Amino acid sequence: MTPDDPQNPPAVDVRGLTRTFRDRTRLRRVPGRGELCALGGVDVRIERGEVFGLLGPNGAGKTTLIKILTTLLFPTAGEARVEGFDVVRDANQVRKRIGLVSGGESSGYGILTVRECLWMFSQFYGVPGKVAGPRIDALIETAGLAEQARTRINRLSTGQRQRMNFARGFVSDPDVVFLDEPTLGMDVNAARAMREYVARWVRERPGRTVLLTTHTMREAEELCDRIAIIDHGRVLACDSFAGLRCRVEGGQHVELELRAADGGTPALPSLAGVQAVWGAPHPERGTRALKFRLPPGGSLADVLRELEARGARIEAIATRETSLEDVFVALVGRGLEESDEPEDDGAAPSGAP
Amino acid sequence: MSALALNLRATWGRAYGRLVGAFREPTWLITDAILPNLGMLAFVMLYRALGAPRSFEALAVVGGLLATYWINVLWGMGAQFYWEKQSGQLQLYFVAPCSRMAILSGMALGGFLLTTARSAFGLFLGFVVVGVRVEPFSLPALLGVFTLTMVALYALGMVMASLFLLWGREAYHLSNALYQPVQFLSGLYFPLKTLGPLGIVAAGLVPLGLGVDALRQVLLGAGAHALLPLRFEIVALVVLCAVFLWLARVALAYLESLAKREGRLTQRWQ
Repeated sequence: MTPDDPQNPPAVDVRGLTRTFRDRTRLRRVPGRGELCALGGVDVRIERGEVFGLLGPNGAGKTTLIKILTTLLFPTAGEARVEGFDVVRDANQVRKRIGLVSGGESSGYGILTVRECLWMFSQFYGVPGKVAGPRIDALIETAGLAEQARTRINRLSTGQRQRMNFARGFVSDPDVVFLDEPTLGMDVNAARAMREYVARWVRERPGRTVLLTTHTMREAEELCDRIAIIDHGRVLACDSFAGLRCRVEGGQHVELELRAADGGTPALPSLAGVQAVWGAPHPERGTRALKFRLPPGGSLADVLRELEARGARIEAIATRETSLEDVFVALVGRGLEESDEPEDDGAAPSGAP
Repeated sequence: MSALALNLRATWGRAYGRLVGAFREPTWLITDAILPNLGMLAFVMLYRALGAPRSFEALAVVGGLLATYWINVLWGMGAQFYWEKQSGQLQLYFVAPCSRMAILSGMALGGFLLTTARSAFGLFLGFVVVGVRVEPFSLPALLGVFTLTMVALYALGMVMASLFLLWGREAYHLSNALYQPVQFLSGLYFPLKTLGPLGIVAAGLVPLGLGVDALRQVLLGAGAHALLPLRFEIVALVVLCAVFLWLARVALAYLESLAKREGRLTQRWQ
């Protein structure tokens, strides 16, 4: 770990962060304590100017970590600093420097207009009127809400409210923004606009930092300089996307659509070098889709030749490099949507008093 | 930016939200200004029909006006944090760098200004439409007692905001449960003195009764049938202001600490 420069501390510095909740209902317990361990000794360091992604299935501890970093939760043990300030002892200093957007939540009062709502939140951060006005206008424009600027919030669609909520997180021009699944509920175009805004926002002024949790792998790949994969309250890996890809076995991911001469399924698993085969029939077309990974050095041409020799006819072929999803599955052992835990809400479980 | 400037901005920001929102709904004139004053008018008519001293009519008008503030304290202050939690907004207040007391003060200021606008309609009804009269009075004394009463009342509302949040969904029932008893024990439509020792106990707990009694003394003199001497009531109101403001700070600090320890209070479903 890089030694800290007191004049230029990292945007986020988390060491041995642990958070447990009293729990009488769940199986995952700290021995002898009857407690649920939401975070178990997390170490994360995010440099200023980074867009840092936090990936993990539901219940992994992502939201708990964000709640601690945004001063909404006390850690049970360990230390967390934001912009050099301790989140427990210097909570107010931390709050002056951060913004929080939780996806799927709306903010403000239904009877206020979009502009009024953003202005109200700007006042909670002490933004002077002359600064707040142009900033709010720019954010409204970015969020694609220019036509709704004077519309009451209770007349907005869910997606529009979500975009306003996103804009709210930036109204104080924070140094560090915590985006907890910010594009949840947004349509494709709005989500793309938000991603572009985040990328631009970070570049605009040196030192601006983003911590992003997302369920969209593409979002993480596109935006994040580094990504931490977290599960069961522990960081399994933390690196750039390229670095993470190196951690799993490389090779080509191949997708084939083929037609067997006898109508049966070609015995692909027995082909030399082919790994992790997944297949599904296309009954309407009378074909079968096959996905497999070819290890480094493996020859796709050899595989195709062998398939044809066995009577299969190749209808379509596609290859791709190792994706973040492949890395995630390799490290976590399951996909992002496949959860073995209830929803991670950063709160005590229902059994807590 | 100094902490004072930040908190003043936060207070005004929250108050503005409440003010502009309420005036945007035209139906508020009927539901919040006209209808609540009908009860007050009923008491005026009752005293008039019974041939009670004219000062009793003014007693009812003063009580009716303060009743609107009590409703606002119960629903606009007491239950507000609970509703903020339900809407997922409470955590945004907790993340902001301004003081939680500034947010509560903004809620109180907005609620007070809004209720004052509603009360103006009650004043018009009572003193212009049905012709209720008061004795010549000192305006500074009236404003002073009124201000003390409001500060004590809304400070109580700040305490209630934290307590209601702790009690969760019972807040709604609690507001309902408190409304009528406090209205009765504060003697809103009759002299508080009528309640005897019970009135004194109630006045010591809820500033509404003390405020009503003190205002009546300023406006009606001997016709107020006062519970305690005015000076004593003013001192008691000052003490209640200090106690409730202190309690509000303590309750908020406890609430925030609990929220961070348990992680429950900022979650809408808990």
